[in-house]
Amino acid sequence: MLLIPCPHCGPREEREFRCGGESHVARPASAEAPDDRAFAEYLYVRSNAKGVQAERWHHLYGCRRWFNLLRDTVTHEITAVYPMGAPRPESAA
Amino acid sequence: MTRYSLLSLARHALTGHRRWAPAWRDAAPKPAYDVVIVGGGGHGLATAHYLASRYGVTNVAVLEKGWIGGGNTARNTTIVRSNYLLDDSAFLYEHSLKLWEGLTAELDFNVMFSQRGVVSLAHSAHELTALRQRDRAMRLNGIDSEMLDLPALHRLAPALDLSPTARFPVTGASIQRRGGIARHDAVAWGFARAADRRGVDIVQNCAVTGLRIEKGRVTGVETTRGPIRAGKVGIAVAGHSGVLAAMAGLRLPIRSYTLQAFVSEPLKPVLDTVIVSNQVSCYVSQSDKGELVFGAARDNYASYSQRGSLPILEDCVANMLQLFPAFSRVGVLRGWGGTVDVSPDLSPIIAPLPVEGLFLNGGWGTGGFKATPGSGDVFAATIARGEPHPLAAPFGLDRFATGRLIDEAAAAGVSH
Ligand SMILES: [Zn+2]
Repeated sequence: MLLIPCPHCGPREEREFRCGGESHVARPASAEAPDDRAFAEYLYVRSNAKGVQAERWHHLYGCRRWFNLLRDTVTHEITAVYPMGAPRPESAA
Repeated sequence: MTRYSLLSLARHALTGHRRWAPAWRDAAPKPAYDVVIVGGGGHGLATAHYLASRYGVTNVAVLEKGWIGGGNTARNTTIVRSNYLLDDSAFLYEHSLKLWEGLTAELDFNVMFSQRGVVSLAHSAHELTALRQRDRAMRLNGIDSEMLDLPALHRLAPALDLSPTARFPVTGASIQRRGGIARHDAVAWGFARAADRRGVDIVQNCAVTGLRIEKGRVTGVETTRGPIRAGKVGIAVAGHSGVLAAMAGLRLPIRSYTLQAFVSEPLKPVLDTVIVSNQVSCYVSQSDKGELVFGAARDNYASYSQRGSLPILEDCVANMLQLFPAFSRVGVLRGWGGTVDVSPDLSPIIAPLPVEGLFLNGGWGTGGFKATPGSGDVFAATIARGEPHPLAAPFGLDRFATGRLIDEAAAAGVSH
């Protein structure tokens, strides 16, 4: 059971959250003239890191707000919590 | 190596069964091979077997970082079926099921494939409509499928609570009678033995740490047991597909999650078919040892931990007990988690990668075990010929850009 540190509500158990996948996936700027490869990359391709990964979490059954985590996908250790829109912090691990 | 037979069994009985030769050589890596397969699970070993037996490529090594069959091959619920909705998937999984039906004889190794039927439950009128659609699609593709009404389902699985007041009332079911379960480690060992007999080197405790690429072409692998040159490299590493692809500077449309399962203490026979409920995310069968084997949904966050989350386990148990109230006093012996590689359309990727000589067999997600022989065959053909086997052709990487996805959300099982 993960204990997720919601920046608004404090630590809560993982049942209250949904993971929204990797953070910092940028939509292609060329939305006016879509490039299939660029959109496939944006929609489907991910780093899928074994180790520290930046990901979005949603406190669905709580404050219903979104935030970012740095979480290790092997140990589940959470090393940073930061707001949506903020750049990825320097990873400690 | 001698074939297993009644005669060999009798002969070895005379010496107290102490002189059986090992089923495969524990090979040390040679400096170079025509083909190196990364990953000694069922898919990698099957690929090596079919490369050697069907496609004439015998200078092959299978590199396994731990022991063969110790990854997802040993971390699943061993269900075998081909009840898929879409043509591309149906043909691929049915090809595999047909290979399963002859596998024990082909490998000279009892993989204990038991065609006890796989039942899919519907819990609403809409789900029943979807089951009927899949049933018709399968029959149009020449694959066996039947709808079961509630009396027939009750005769088949009396322990299932079919009362209309149940928490998850059952509205109907379909069954693929040729589906069933197999013995997971026998599958790995059988393929290993058959491949070894044709000269394939099975190298254990040999982790691949890098790929050698020169001028856009793969030339070998770096391993914990030294560098190995290779004409072609096939990746069959399930949850670690992204890790291997990263060694070639590639990113994949794959995410790795934990999928978990658990078994009960052994019981007398209580369930002689496989019951799957997509709606409440659980599936159960009874092994030949008598253990009830339960599968749960996959976790919803990325993980390489091989440990499942407790809420998923709790949900699976709670829902299972609504379907089978009689199991409430059964003790659970152990559970496990495997790292599964899930693609966006829940269909595999069997394709050459954009590095000459490098091939990927991954993205099987939560349902790779059933595909083991078929996956091995079409991947071996793809590697040997340098172009996709016809059954593998729809499962290329380009589908994510063209939009020709093979969306198997309904048939891929409970875990997505
Ligand atoms: Zn909150």
